Amino acid sequence: MKQVLCILFTFGLWLLLVAPWPVNAYWADVLVGLVVALLVATLLSHIYPDNPHKALQPRRIFWFLVYVPYFLFYCVQANLDVAYRVLHPDMPIRPGIVHVRTDLTSDMAKTFLANSITLTPGTLTVDILGQDLYIHWINVEGQGVEAHTAVIVKRFEKILRRVFE
Amino acid sequence: MSDLAAEILIAVGLAFDLFGCIGLVRLPDVYNRVQAATKCVTLGTCLILAGTAVYGITGAMSIKAALCAVFLLLTSPVAAHAIARGAYKSGVRLWEGSVIDRYGEEVHPAGPPAERIEPAAQTEHTVAAGREPHE
Repeated sequence: MKQVLCILFTFGLWLLLVAPWPVNAYWADVLVGLVVALLVATLLSHIYPDNPHKALQPRRIFWFLVYVPYFLFYCVQANLDVAYRVLHPDMPIRPGIVHVRTDLTSDMAKTFLANSITLTPGTLTVDILGQDLYIHWINVEGQGVEAHTAVIVKRFEKILRRVFE
Repeated sequence: MSDLAAEILIAVGLAFDLFGCIGLVRLPDVYNRVQAATKCVTLGTCLILAGTAVYGITGAMSIKAALCAVFLLLTSPVAAHAIARGAYKSGVRLWEGSVIDRYGEEVHPAGPPAERIEPAAQTEHTVAAGREPHE
């Protein structure tokens, strides 16, 4: 079952990449796509998520659509922040690696949390060990795990829990 | 009209790419540099791809540009994480102005691997130096 979904997903992506269909996509392209999809499904289907039906629940899709603009807002803010620090003559940075904790348990949720943290203002995920995340922060504020968690993790945790758990 | 919008998106994207490159040169250590490079180059390149998508709004170019942007957003933070973790594990130290290193204190209390290797390498060097007079 998982293999079949993996084949369909990979093959669908391939068809999008060889568009426009009547002009570029000859039968050879489609055939190569099928072979590659089969190969990927055979070798790598074990790393696909275990419960793909979750992705079709309207509640999760709704929160994912809320999450995307929310994330893009922080992403743009992150870029302006980096641009400010880099262009400022004195380079106002106060870097360090801090320790934060998350309540999320599923691998997918933690992956998205780590990726979101990396693309938001001043923070970069260095390592994840179970529920502990180690974050390189370009401008460390506050003291202690609780304070750092409140600033870095909490803003994504609520939405990601509704999407992935 | 859509041409103008596409050109503005591409210009802003290029500006962010440039900030990322300036950050790569100016910031002091590998972790700060990875931060600047990842954030600015991801958004900058996504904006260039968005400009491309707007430019070819009716064709297959848009689909491909959008797909590339999604892949970039998913993979570039993973790459940054791998680089930072790999750098730490192979003994690259934080800049001396860094204020805190909980990762080093809690996960690598014996210090980064390079520090642990150093004495052994020194001994070998001494031995090698000691051999020279015999030859």
